Amino acid sequence: MYLLAIDWFFILEKLALIFVIIMLSMGVAMYATYGERKVAAFIQDRIGPNRAGPFGLFQPLADGGKLFFKEEIIPLASSKFLFILGPLLAMVTALLTSAVIPWGSSMTIGNRQVPLQVADVNIGILYVFGVVSLGVYGIMLGGWASNNKFSLLAAIRGASQMVSYELAMGLSLIAVLMLTGSLQMSVIVGEQYNSVWNIVYQPLGFIIFFICALAETNRTPFDLPEAENELNFGYHQEYSSMKLGFYLFAEYINMFISGVIMATLYFGGYDIPFVNEAHLAQRIGENWVALLTFLMLMAKALFFVFVFMWIRWTIPRFRFDQLMHLGWKRLIPLALANMILTAVVILWLKK
Amino acid sequence: MSVQLTNRSRPVDRRPMNWAERLYLINIFKGMAITLKHFFKKKATIKYPEETRPFSKVFRGLQILNRDEEGRERCTACGLCAVACPAEAITMEAAERQEGEENLYREEKYAAKYEINMLRCIFCGYCEEACPKDAIYLSQTFTPANYQRKGFIYKKEDLLIPNPVTDPEGYQKALGTISREKEGV
Amino acid sequence: MNITQLLFWILTVIAIGSALMIVTSKNPVYSVLGLIVTFFAISGHYILMNAQFLAIVNIIVYAGAIMVLFLFVIMLMNLSRATETLKNKWLQIVGAIAGSCLFLVLVAALKNTEIKKNLVEMGTGDIGLVKSLGRELFTTFVIPFEISSVLFLSAMIGSVVIGKKE
Repeated sequence: MYLLAIDWFFILEKLALIFVIIMLSMGVAMYATYGERKVAAFIQDRIGPNRAGPFGLFQPLADGGKLFFKEEIIPLASSKFLFILGPLLAMVTALLTSAVIPWGSSMTIGNRQVPLQVADVNIGILYVFGVVSLGVYGIMLGGWASNNKFSLLAAIRGASQMVSYELAMGLSLIAVLMLTGSLQMSVIVGEQYNSVWNIVYQPLGFIIFFICALAETNRTPFDLPEAENELNFGYHQEYSSMKLGFYLFAEYINMFISGVIMATLYFGGYDIPFVNEAHLAQRIGENWVALLTFLMLMAKALFFVFVFMWIRWTIPRFRFDQLMHLGWKRLIPLALANMILTAVVILWLKK
Repeated sequence: MSVQLTNRSRPVDRRPMNWAERLYLINIFKGMAITLKHFFKKKATIKYPEETRPFSKVFRGLQILNRDEEGRERCTACGLCAVACPAEAITMEAAERQEGEENLYREEKYAAKYEINMLRCIFCGYCEEACPKDAIYLSQTFTPANYQRKGFIYKKEDLLIPNPVTDPEGYQKALGTISREKEGV
Repeated sequence: MNITQLLFWILTVIAIGSALMIVTSKNPVYSVLGLIVTFFAISGHYILMNAQFLAIVNIIVYAGAIMVLFLFVIMLMNLSRATETLKNKWLQIVGAIAGSCLFLVLVAALKNTEIKKNLVEMGTGDIGLVKSLGRELFTTFVIPFEISSVLFLSAMIGSVVIGKKE
């Protein structure tokens, strides 16, 4: 079926995939708020939300409903267009990242081979970086458009934090890219699929990447942009109703996506450990294996989300100068050393 | 010299940190192990409306005006409770018992009006101690919330225990809230 | 008209429109936003020419890092109120002359370039892909590449020295 020189089945397939992935990240983000509250409660010897529905499972719906019906306040002296654009950009950039992630091994529907990946672009991991670096705009525009000095300072604080930690993140990643020799996400996963996971070769790189991911998603111990008590809240100080909800929601989506990316880069992506997927596919069919691999990736990603929360309720917040000190004077040299060491070892082995 | 209360106190270590300590990673992992241990601990929460925590035996709650076995009010409006009350929460008006009211009031004098302002009451229990007629008791319930101030001024009808003759079940239930062990304490 | 050609024209209109917005808007923050949109449109053009690496590097470096610094400066200088337009007539004349000189140079430079038949070559050629680009940079153009990296390093050291000075 070709019309206007476009394969419409292809478009349909991709649209369905995009829809499913966006719904998935939204749903995960929604229940991540519930998970956050439960984890916090359990760590503090409490029970947590348990009133709305069984085990409080409808709590996120109630929270979302509350946010929707709150009064929408736009400050009089703010620039309205940018004020609305801020949370929108935060949300969009959070959702865009999921496009290049391989979510599972490919399925066969009819006689079409359907890969569970929206776009297997040549520069996959760089695309993720590009989108993450755009996430700064949501923060900066929101903070500036509020026309509030505290918001502006918090926005600049948040943006400088994200820009600084992006560097160390990229440097720690170069080591992985040298191992696989490709920027393509599917190749990175395929490499780990056939041999061992990257974490075996890159434990230090993973730790650096993990710390930077915490900073990029504005999670404790690097959650200075939203320090309510000692820094007078963050860039979303003037926001209310669902616009605030979008900012908070984007944080949880970012958390989930960074969990997925860590699983993909260092923990074999959708690879099921100790199982030969090809043998399994012959026994139970390819589509079931695709589903299983997808669930495996989800399990890995959700484990990272749990670790993020676990860290949040354990470690206190950094001071801003400590944050910058750690980012520029500790992590970047460490990541550089890791990169050079990896390069030397690779060259040695090739010789 | 300071008294040592627990054996967990430790002097602050002010030595400069060595290389491994400056990494903080070990201490962070230690902290995370502690939080994980708490994750699986028994929770301290009591799910309130379904579960209630038992009060101590000497808990002093909402006042109750007592009756005798025949259902007659014991209070004679002597005013000793009002005198004893440090918060001045109790007011009353006395009246004389008329002919034919012997089944209602135990003595010739009774309280026509008896009010306790629960916003003023500090639940000290002095009224209970002052009462020569065993007429007022502090029960094991606390004052329920209310929307208005005047809802907190409890009238005689709100305070009286149910009549054991007409409503024995309610009487027994209300008796249960009066701590029996109190006398022993 | 092919779908890629359609995309080309749409991107062109966006690029030129937002470029005009940079110049015309009163508020400097809107100018910066216009510049970011322009970078995006240009990145779109790169993708249409199958230069994915260039496209994404354009976004990461320009839209993601340099424009953030621009925004930093503008926000901290509090230029949100529309600054006064230039009143000096001489300055306007000088500006016009300088602009038309630049335009002349551009026309002269582009006069002899042959205009290709197809505006887009999606899925063809791999000059813009990371592998071939890297090979070119580290074999044919290795000397200019290294010289420019030394230049960057000296700029970095210079900024550190200036920053250290009390």
